[in-house]
Amino acid sequence: MKTNSVLEKVFASGAFAVTSECGPPRGAMPEIVREKAEHLRGYVDAVNVTDNQTAMVRMSSFAASVILKQIGLNPVLQMVTRDRNRIAMQSDLIGAYSHDINTVLCLSGDHPFFGDHAMAANVYDLDSVQLIQTVKEMRDNGSLQGGAKVDNLPRMFIGAAANPFADPFELRVARLAKKINAGVDFIQTQCIYNLDKFEKWMEGIRERGLHKKVSIMAGVTPMKSEGMAKYMKNKVPGMDVPDEIIKRMGGVPKDKQAQEGIDISIESIQRLKAIEGVSGIHLMAIEWEQKVPEIIERAGLYPRPDVA
Amino acid sequence: MITAERKPLDEIMSYIEPYHRILLVGCNECVTVCAAGGRKEVAMLSSALQLASMKNGKTLSVNELTLERQCDPEYVDTLAPQIEGAEAIVSMACGCGVQELARRYGQVRVFPAVNTKFMGASERAGVWAERCQGCGDCLLGLTGGICPIARCSKRLFNGPCGGSNNGKCEVSSEMDCAWALIWEKMKELGTTDQYEAVISAKDWRSGRGGGPRKIIREDLQ
Amino acid sequence: MMKEFNPVIVAYCCHYCAYTAADMAGSMRLSYPCDIKIIRVPCTGKVDPLYVMRALQEGADGVLIAGCLEGDCHFKNGNIKAMQRVTYLKTLLNEIGIEEERVAMVMMSAGMGKQFAEIVTEFDDKIRNLGPCPLKRNQEPEQILSEAV
Repeated sequence: MKTNSVLEKVFASGAFAVTSECGPPRGAMPEIVREKAEHLRGYVDAVNVTDNQTAMVRMSSFAASVILKQIGLNPVLQMVTRDRNRIAMQSDLIGAYSHDINTVLCLSGDHPFFGDHAMAANVYDLDSVQLIQTVKEMRDNGSLQGGAKVDNLPRMFIGAAANPFADPFELRVARLAKKINAGVDFIQTQCIYNLDKFEKWMEGIRERGLHKKVSIMAGVTPMKSEGMAKYMKNKVPGMDVPDEIIKRMGGVPKDKQAQEGIDISIESIQRLKAIEGVSGIHLMAIEWEQKVPEIIERAGLYPRPDVA
Repeated sequence: MITAERKPLDEIMSYIEPYHRILLVGCNECVTVCAAGGRKEVAMLSSALQLASMKNGKTLSVNELTLERQCDPEYVDTLAPQIEGAEAIVSMACGCGVQELARRYGQVRVFPAVNTKFMGASERAGVWAERCQGCGDCLLGLTGGICPIARCSKRLFNGPCGGSNNGKCEVSSEMDCAWALIWEKMKELGTTDQYEAVISAKDWRSGRGGGPRKIIREDLQ
Repeated sequence: MMKEFNPVIVAYCCHYCAYTAADMAGSMRLSYPCDIKIIRVPCTGKVDPLYVMRALQEGADGVLIAGCLEGDCHFKNGNIKAMQRVTYLKTLLNEIGIEEERVAMVMMSAGMGKQFAEIVTEFDDKIRNLGPCPLKRNQEPEQILSEAV
């Protein structure tokens, strides 16, 4: 084992891993974090905590991760390079590890343009790939990015994101190879609706044996309504939503659409479980955490393995 | 070239509000090329300021002059005879020029008439685009001649990010994704095997990160 | 008693179309206001936006730029450039606080003598309705112009 991370242990045991997400609130409301996360207890191996998602100022992922730790859950600390320079990020990693947070997801982060502080100076001192290198340096060589050797540096299990649906498609396999070169341990993909295209990406991954070098978790987000399906198709960058999904969502009356969305996500999970090289799923039920138990149970992923 | 755009007229008017005789100085280099502060633009701005002043019942006298460059002290010196007759100086040069005028003619207030924008190149007539951020350690040889620092919205060294969409940046469909361009270039040049090598974290000291920079050439002093 | 307002209008007319049309209006004995001062240019593409600005500074209440119809410019696209410049001038006039209608671009063919008279009369009416250019001067506009001559 490289780290004490529960997620690493689940992958090592050969079990199909499950993670979900908890987005911190905009205000200083720790009870909201606890409420959302409580729905997930027992149904997931770890909980991602987002970092100022869509560039909107929120409770920091560090703080929210500590709150999750305090109630006995396993946070995956998401860290974007948009808002902090390498000094601050390494400092936060050391601080997080001091609270026994041992799993991190390295991201570049949505551009400030999308959020409520478009006027901010975006930092991007490092990009996500360089952050992966930095976290690996700390864990495997006991040194900081600038070269200094320091004792008791964090030993983190390193994750990153992958988007099989962004352009150019031919580049997406090479991009994963790059992140593997940098030292990534696991990948969570953007939410998948176009399973054919995802399978094509996985073919490219398997061709190069990359699925053996990194644990891949397929992203799943249940649709709440036809409106949400259309919004994700047209307004969210890097999203591929086939027309059949929109037709299916629109084909049932409004009060039945949420259930249809959940059914579709469970079908997707069944199909994803069967793809060679997929080691788990990352279920992003944003503001819908209470549905996670139903989805995990009906997808045959409950109970979670006890790897402690 | 260094590109610039004229400031809104009411902003310039607010600067010269207390003055009746101004010296309006253009520059024959970059701001001429991007049609922001050359001879012609000086004439147009002079006319516009006089018309706007006349509208308010104020007589404004404008002495129009365009220097070869405002960033070399030798050219800036040539303005000396004109200073006495001026209550204020308005410069249409980039920030470098404005500061040189202010340094040399410290007894008179100097105001900028343009907003200096970026270092860029001309894409076609009337269109200029950002190309260089002056990072001080050029890596264009590694990226097919396309700069990710100046042209990627997130200045990624190992892009593209997940928001790249049809060759365009997630910020705007008008903006090219620099890494999509770099990838296409690598395909053209046959260097795609270099793509998977990780470009390590940048030392920003060669750029603005180390404080305001200077180049000193002993052999030219 | 208020003096009657007779606008001063400068009309830059291109040699190949608008000026010829003006000439034809003359030979057809069509009348149009004498406020219109015609300046012949080889092409409206020759009209630097600065000429328009100086005309307004020197006392013009309106400036008309009259060129060939699209596609008919003797110098290929001089009239198109003039159109783009007039658009830019209108934005600038708005910034200054002068009505953008005081500067306009019109297009016609050499044989449109009747239309020339109609167009300039219409422009003259428009300027009369707008009133004198809203600039406070020490002298009357007429005086300034004659000094320039």
